[in-house]
Amino acid sequence: MLATLRARLSLPDVAVLGILAALAIAVPLLNLVTPHDSALHMSTFTVTLLGKYLCYALLALAVDLVWGYCGILSLGHGAFFALGGYAMGMYLMRQIGDRGVYGNPLLPDFMVFLNWPALPWYWWGSSSFVFAMTLVVVVPALLALVFGWFAFRSRVTGVYLSIITQAMTYALLLAFFRNEMGFGGNNGLTDFKELLGFSLHADATRVALFVITAGFLGLAYVGCRAISASRFGRIVVAIRDAEDRARFLGYRVEYFKTWIFVVSAILAAIAGALYVPQIGIINPGEFAPLTSIELVIWVAIGGRGTLYGAILGAVLVNFAKTQFTGILPEAWLFVLGALFVFVTLFLPSGIVGLGRRWAPEEAS
Amino acid sequence: MNAAIREPNDATVESEATPANLDVLHGSILYLEGITVSFDGFRALNDLSLYIERGELRCIIGPNGAGKSTMMDVVTGKTRPDLGSAFFDRNTNLLALSEPEIVKAGIGRKFQKPTVFEQLPVFVNLELAMRADKGVWATLFARLSGEQRDRIDAVLETIGLLESRHRRAGALSHGQKQWLEIGMLLMQEPQLMLVDEPVAGMTHQETERTAELLVSLAGERSVVVVEHDMEFVRSIARRVTVLHEGHVLAEGDMDAVQNDQKVIEVYLGA
Repeated sequence: MLATLRARLSLPDVAVLGILAALAIAVPLLNLVTPHDSALHMSTFTVTLLGKYLCYALLALAVDLVWGYCGILSLGHGAFFALGGYAMGMYLMRQIGDRGVYGNPLLPDFMVFLNWPALPWYWWGSSSFVFAMTLVVVVPALLALVFGWFAFRSRVTGVYLSIITQAMTYALLLAFFRNEMGFGGNNGLTDFKELLGFSLHADATRVALFVITAGFLGLAYVGCRAISASRFGRIVVAIRDAEDRARFLGYRVEYFKTWIFVVSAILAAIAGALYVPQIGIINPGEFAPLTSIELVIWVAIGGRGTLYGAILGAVLVNFAKTQFTGILPEAWLFVLGALFVFVTLFLPSGIVGLGRRWAPEEAS
Repeated sequence: MNAAIREPNDATVESEATPANLDVLHGSILYLEGITVSFDGFRALNDLSLYIERGELRCIIGPNGAGKSTMMDVVTGKTRPDLGSAFFDRNTNLLALSEPEIVKAGIGRKFQKPTVFEQLPVFVNLELAMRADKGVWATLFARLSGEQRDRIDAVLETIGLLESRHRRAGALSHGQKQWLEIGMLLMQEPQLMLVDEPVAGMTHQETERTAELLVSLAGERSVVVVEHDMEFVRSIARRVTVLHEGHVLAEGDMDAVQNDQKVIEVYLGA
């Protein structure tokens, strides 16, 4: 798989990995080494903002893997992102220890507030970093496995699948809103202090989190490219274009779909886990159906089925969002909607499709 | 849509055709007995019995709605019959297998509408069709061996697409797509090929070439062709089966079938 990969890294792939490497080197230098009064100094706010964009880029990569390559239009990927975020949030809550408002060494503040006598069983072990990171991967993967297996085995496809993924994330939204669920209700988990003993408010920690995020994004990119360049990758494209034909060639379509759905869910969850310590909060809003739709729009705008298009789309749209919500917050959703309509009508293969129109099509 | 799945053995009791007396049909590769399929009360197949010999090239004709495609659906596991039994290669019970398992057992199918992977190059279409381990992990790490490349090249040669190997399958002409799909069947190395309307929409020359191709394929394997084009059927068939309202109306060589009074009435026109 790796040997074919080396031969298949295209120019945009090299560019993505190069930019990530450059960022991972430049950002620490600009933030930590460059003096504060220098024009070149990068504020910690900007570092966190960039880190957020990279988390979204990883999430977009996950969506592109299932949608762009396998044609599974999941409108519920925000759920996997949020579950990964909550697992990380649980660990961060436990790290607060007795420094919470109520000073309870065992129970997070919201549990004390609700008069809970003890830690619920599903919070057990969450003070261990290794265990919490296992949860980050295992919980969303299990959900994707069960959900995907039943949906794909029953041959639920197209718009029906999209609708039930929306229902899935909506159901989780409602569940996590409930205080009884034990995840802080509508406030979610917040007020984090430390990660592995490093203060989350320190510049160095912020920069380290950014570098780690860039590293994960790079790794995930290489992993996704290895998948798309393998025979497996060609089979999922085949399934996308002619599912029946693939089945009558002897492929168990449901296995392939479930596998790629689970891998994608894990990537989304990792993105969520990286997002939470940088942003400082996770709440049920991340489960909102609209959030999941929005991230599909990023991928559509960037250009699906290319991987780098997804990253480009996520970064550009979120950059635009940051700018726009600063100027005219109410108009943002209209702008996003208009962008989506424009891209669908005039740029069916997204922004990267513009570039590829001039380049001769290469045989994959 | 699919007919209700019932225990296939129901039928064997009625029709007395149990696997035990399959030996009578020595040499048969496909054995269908008493197959009945209903869709909302409409009997698409009505007590259909059909036997295909090893190495045979059989043409199946019949008016629209005679059940030709439904018959293929039953053989490939897409539709489960209400009644009847279907055996492949003497002792493989097709009704107990899933679609991919039936492919693995050695039955390949070409769809009525040419169905290829349009976004992928011709070569990759054949690569994916190749007989190989088709599991998830195996395909993640699969690499083409030199031998497999040669095999793909050989099939490309057979179907006349050697020059187009790197073209996107979607860019091929209609006739070329039909051949590519036949090539994909060949890559599976099936013992039985089911070919649904291979010359629909083809030019005269393309039709002739397809006839030659199919005739050359029979012998090593069995080929079942469903076709409307009578001229084409006449040019390739040694044995023709006429379906009508879900069961076999007549069977024999083309001349016998064409002179059969029942066939003339229902199909060929008076």
